[in-house]
Amino acid sequence: MKLTRKDFLRLSGLGLLAVAGKKAVRAVSEVAATAASPKTAKRWGMVIDLQKCREEGGCTDCIKACDRAHNIPHFADREHEVKWIWNQPFETVFPQAQTDYTRQVYAGHPIALLCNHCANPPCVRVCPTQATWKREDDGIVMMDWHRCIGCRYCMAACPYGSRSFNWQDPRPAIASLNPDFPTRTKGVVEKCNFCEERLARGQRPACVEACGEKAMVFGDLADPDSEPRKLLRARFSLQREPELGTSPSVYYLV
Amino acid sequence: MRDRPLILTGLLAFVWLFTLPVWHAYAGKYSPSAPDVKLPANEKQCVAPTAYMRDSHMQLLIDWREDVVRNNRRQFTAFNGKVYDKSLTRTCLAQCHTNKGEFCDRCHAYAGVSGPYCWDCHHDKILTARSAP
Repeated sequence: MKLTRKDFLRLSGLGLLAVAGKKAVRAVSEVAATAASPKTAKRWGMVIDLQKCREEGGCTDCIKACDRAHNIPHFADREHEVKWIWNQPFETVFPQAQTDYTRQVYAGHPIALLCNHCANPPCVRVCPTQATWKREDDGIVMMDWHRCIGCRYCMAACPYGSRSFNWQDPRPAIASLNPDFPTRTKGVVEKCNFCEERLARGQRPACVEACGEKAMVFGDLADPDSEPRKLLRARFSLQREPELGTSPSVYYLV
Repeated sequence: MRDRPLILTGLLAFVWLFTLPVWHAYAGKYSPSAPDVKLPANEKQCVAPTAYMRDSHMQLLIDWREDVVRNNRRQFTAFNGKVYDKSLTRTCLAQCHTNKGEFCDRCHAYAGVSGPYCWDCHHDKILTARSAP
């Protein structure tokens, strides 16, 4: 068969068109596929009802549940303290929300504090090894203890004191070991992980589950119909130091 | 000829030193042919073929670790289609190798692997039971 120059050019042109067309079709179908199953922009958050906490003044059920679930050590020396969730008096948590009269009523009331899982977490920005990072699909500020080098930049960056450092081997100071969760070693930083290991199994965080008063409500802040969002619409809430621009995911109903 | 006792003592010392690894193995109850590991009674097949697990279990565990901690992917589909939870303590140690001392540690000791630091944080049932109040 004799191929003229004209035919050759025509055929190669058609070939090129076919390849380009196939690529275009594939690109369009990929876009269509992602549009059909949109990745829901989720953001886990918590609302703590301080009124219910006040009624149960001095209750530490949530703290105990977290300690058990996450193998948190207890050292006699307070300088070595490791904490994921802890109580602190009202006036130290919300100093700007005080008046002469609220002081009379609320001073000394314990407020449960934990990692705020900020939308804009300063600890993540400073971590030199990316041992701590914000999980983009649900907003949890994660920690990879395998990768933590113990530089403690994150502790300096966190304005909420949510992070603790293991100055010594934590194992001897753990009351009862939970085999489902690892301990940490000397020389790593740790903090609340919003029970991401429990969320992966479809459970609520240990503190939320342990609270008999249902003072802690956990859910998706991005979903306007979620439990925490309903509460935040119905009642007045506070965030810890919102002026810093970290945008905490933990809210307090006064 | 007067040096005979000295030479014999020297020779004996040399033979003893030369065969020291053998005595050491006897004392440590290692079999020189293969490590005396205790296989799980309830399960015949590991998450991957034995040959692969023997030389690459550390890589598999590191891959699992990366997947779970950093990528939030927690399911592992084995070569035979079975699906496992990617977890050293919840899967490997809890479901099959319930005694890490008789499996992991024995082989590590035999192969001269100085304890991998997994155990600094992840723990088996025995340690957990020992720590129970």
